[in-house]
Amino acid sequence: MTTPSISVKQTPAVQYLLRIGDTALILGQRLGEWCGHAPVVEEDIALTNMALDLIGQSRALLTRAGELEGMHFHEDQLAFLREERDYRNVTMAELPNGPRRGERPGDFAFTTLRNAMLATWFRLLWEKLRDSRDTELAAIAGKAVKEARYHQQHAADWVVRLGDGTEESTRRMRAALAELWRYAPELFESDAVDEAAAAAGLGPRWSDLREPWLADMRELLAEAQLEVPADSPFRSHAKQGVHTEHMGYILAELQYLQRAYPGGAW
Amino acid sequence: MNTVNTVKSGNALEKPAANEWPLWEVFVRSKSGLDHKHCGSLHAADPQMAIQLARDVYTRRQEGCSVWVVRSDHIVASDPGDKDMYFDPMEDKVYRHPTFYKLPSEVDHM
Repeated sequence: MTTPSISVKQTPAVQYLLRIGDTALILGQRLGEWCGHAPVVEEDIALTNMALDLIGQSRALLTRAGELEGMHFHEDQLAFLREERDYRNVTMAELPNGPRRGERPGDFAFTTLRNAMLATWFRLLWEKLRDSRDTELAAIAGKAVKEARYHQQHAADWVVRLGDGTEESTRRMRAALAELWRYAPELFESDAVDEAAAAAGLGPRWSDLREPWLADMRELLAEAQLEVPADSPFRSHAKQGVHTEHMGYILAELQYLQRAYPGGAW
Repeated sequence: MNTVNTVKSGNALEKPAANEWPLWEVFVRSKSGLDHKHCGSLHAADPQMAIQLARDVYTRRQEGCSVWVVRSDHIVASDPGDKDMYFDPMEDKVYRHPTFYKLPSEVDHM
């Protein structure tokens, strides 16, 4: 027996919320892969704490998206029963934890740099969303911004330690930066979804976050003795539903239990 | 793990392995007005990491509103061998407990 997928009406407001909620969901899933595998037990707990913060943010956003969508899909239905194309996370979140594909749990430098890049972005986004005309979203943002601030600080400290650390850690951090930087433009390119969100007072155009993000990243990379990479013409499009080859594998893991045991709960 | 110094051993008791992060003792204040209580230890490379990991390891169930960390090798402890000499003589001196006075009921925590 299979559980049928749900089909989501991708109105601009729903897409806007799914882009943020799915980014938190998928990054949380990636960080969860470190559970039991981090370099030291203390960091293992720190990474999974962050994963749980992200899942919590995602739950709130998916719930709100479900309400706005009109069919009243439950957070679990949205998290577990959509087809790949209906997930709207940014590509950076779905990349495997390290550049060597399929190798678990991955590369710690890559993981911490991605955390720093996305936590900085999340923090700026949550700060703006606190002023959302959607009071539900504003309340979610008020709670999430505290979590994002900590995620950013913790990840940024690691970027500095590793970037300005040993020969090996510097080599790995440089490689991670070269790999990740080209996925950053997707975080700041506005489209019709952003225009609608800005017009309705739901949230900022993502392009508004570019300059403050770049300023924060330049400062961090300078402190970590890393050079800001040159811009690349490469563009990724997961937030429009066009995912990398890695997404299907994440969804297989993420969705397995709900597909096999429909409605299963704690 | 016991890397705490005692009065007799000084610093020479146990040296952590060269590539191991130093050990830190963690103290958590459960709410404003109460004192920080020792709750465990962890390994961390520097003070900032120690504070962050203390937060992650020891306060994730709302245990606290403030944390202290201190390098374990900066703590000086009494020698367990001195226990008899240090603490046993107090056993028969009940008059040091204020049990022979009537406390006014307004005094809460004595």
